[in-house]
Amino acid sequence: MIDVFEKRVIVTAILVMGLFILAIFYAMGARKADVTECLPYDKTYETARVEQLDKSTYQIFYVARMWNFEPSVAYIPVGSEVDLFVTSNDVVHGFNIYNKNVNLMAVPGGVTKTTVKFDEPGVYKVVCHEYCGAGHQNMQAEIIVNYPKK
Amino acid sequence: MQVSRFLRNTILVELFVPILLLTVGIYHGLMQVIYRAGVIHQASVAKLDYYQGLTLHGVINAVVLTTFFAVAFGHATIAFYLKREPNKKATALSMWLMVIGTLLAAAAMLAGKASVLYTFYPPLKAHPAFYIGTAMLIIGSWVAFFDWVTIYLEWKKENRETITPLAVIGTLINFTIWFVCTTAVAYEVLVLLVPWSLGLTPTVNVPLARTLFWFFGHALVYFWLLPSYIMFYTMLPKLAGGKLYSATAGRIAFFLFLLLSIPIGVHHQFGDPSIGRGVKLSQSLLTFGVALPSFITAFTLAASLEYAARKRGAKGLYSWIWKLPFFRRDVFLFGYLINGLILFIFGGLTGLVLASYSLNNVVHNTAFIPGHFHMTVAGPVFLAILGMSIFLLQQLSGKKIYLPTLNAIVPYLWTVGVIIFSGGLMWGGLMGEPRRTNMGLTYLNPASEQYHPYWVISSMLGLAGGGIMFVAGFLYFISFFGTLFSKRTMEPAIDLPVSDTLHEEKRIPIFDTFKPWLAVMALIIFLSYLPAISDALNNTGKKAPPYLPADPTPVVQKK
Repeated sequence: MIDVFEKRVIVTAILVMGLFILAIFYAMGARKADVTECLPYDKTYETARVEQLDKSTYQIFYVARMWNFEPSVAYIPVGSEVDLFVTSNDVVHGFNIYNKNVNLMAVPGGVTKTTVKFDEPGVYKVVCHEYCGAGHQNMQAEIIVNYPKK
Repeated sequence: MQVSRFLRNTILVELFVPILLLTVGIYHGLMQVIYRAGVIHQASVAKLDYYQGLTLHGVINAVVLTTFFAVAFGHATIAFYLKREPNKKATALSMWLMVIGTLLAAAAMLAGKASVLYTFYPPLKAHPAFYIGTAMLIIGSWVAFFDWVTIYLEWKKENRETITPLAVIGTLINFTIWFVCTTAVAYEVLVLLVPWSLGLTPTVNVPLARTLFWFFGHALVYFWLLPSYIMFYTMLPKLAGGKLYSATAGRIAFFLFLLLSIPIGVHHQFGDPSIGRGVKLSQSLLTFGVALPSFITAFTLAASLEYAARKRGAKGLYSWIWKLPFFRRDVFLFGYLINGLILFIFGGLTGLVLASYSLNNVVHNTAFIPGHFHMTVAGPVFLAILGMSIFLLQQLSGKKIYLPTLNAIVPYLWTVGVIIFSGGLMWGGLMGEPRRTNMGLTYLNPASEQYHPYWVISSMLGLAGGGIMFVAGFLYFISFFGTLFSKRTMEPAIDLPVSDTLHEEKRIPIFDTFKPWLAVMALIIFLSYLPAISDALNNTGKKAPPYLPADPTPVVQKK
């Protein structure tokens, strides 16, 4: 039916896949790398705001709409841990922070959430990466880390 | 074998229509890279908007071309291997549904009423003709499939103990996957979107629509790919001058595709709200399962090619590769298929990267994605379609290939283009360059305050590769239409290359029947998609009214 070489290839392929899958679990466990949390939706996510929970913990509630993000600029001190909540007020948008592995969809009726730590000062660009109509290419925001006193 | 005039003309129409439209699709491919690289800073060129062009590019190249070709190639394969011609009425109905549907969708897109891209995510709304046209195209392909099933069942009744040819198994499996996955998108389009776009229902559940789309959307890529796999298994070894290492491996691969092509679509939605992490993780793992048949195929084909090369007198551990019939006008199809395979090595591996759950966060929806899928759908899929289209054209019309040298170098030139193009896009994607964006207006416009200089070199590579791809496509059109309009010199026929197998293939009953496989397929899909659909229904807080792409206020419903 299948010869010895083919058997070896199938076993090797399964082992390689197993290794990849282990890597996924390693990233989830040891590195806390996960996809967006699944939260039930409620109206409060439709109000864009920045909230400070304690000295170095913030929450930013983003509302995407054609063709901007609110808040369009957010100020955060260096070293803060930030919970990001993203939803959309109209069509589907994307939410990608340059140089951070934050990559969420902004979908009407749903909310995505991730947590990210900003250890380096700088201006972090947020780009909409899902086509959302004629002004899609204009749609971006900024997270300014270590802005000297706002 | 000889085929009736009717079947011949049907297949020729189904090859001609998409290749003719492909000229529009490839033109817009070139335009994308020009806009994106910031060569021009405009919203539209020749009255066609960037996003309108992107919609045309995606729909024509990825849906129209592939569906028409799969049906045309299916007709040829079923007729050639089972020695029976399809039912005239069904075949004609299928062709007309597909042609009229395509014209409807094309009219909506060209009129600028459907600039919603080929994924048509609501609540962006297209003209109803776009949805209805696409649905007709799909339903047309079902009609052809139902007819092949009848032919197969009749054939099987008379040949109970004869092993079903691998190409027939492949075709039937491919269209079974297609039928099952398109029911979801048909539901999305006909039940959710058409009434909504007509103003009969006010709102639509967006996460549900996205989930239904991706139930279809990932299986779609296997629908593109399996005709190429059929060619790889049944033709490539013969073209290389050897034999297929193992046909059983091919059968196992095809049946694995049947089981696992569909229940993995959520891996396109790792960044989506509403769907739970458990669903996402389990479908990520299943995606690694569907990579298995491709690994098996890679080995079987490499072994078949090595056997062919050694028969040609090759020696050495790796140097046998150079004995294969590259750059040969007489076996030009080999060039198309082998280049596709080379691209698919990279296309497949980057696909595994994207399917890797949280790793997807690094590049989700960036230019990395088109970088990846141009090495799959514009690699093995597209090259096999081009090669087989001109191959069938010359046989069915009895004509000689126009400028055969040109035709023979097309796949090599194309491959060089794709490697540069995809390399540029993937590099840009790693730096956060978004896909589907007219970057020339803002991010790559030095006059804009959003100018982003990091993406200059990567998008320039995209432009260089895209330019080479365009030239290759243009040369192909010269060869294809030149052949079409030349004089008949031979008797029309279908004569597909048929590979013998190296290991004699015994009939194993489990690999020559569909029923148990279909049952397992249904079970896996049910288990993996029931929680996904239920999440999309239960976690979604509100539904969305329709929006037109140019207007940030919702479309007001007429009372």
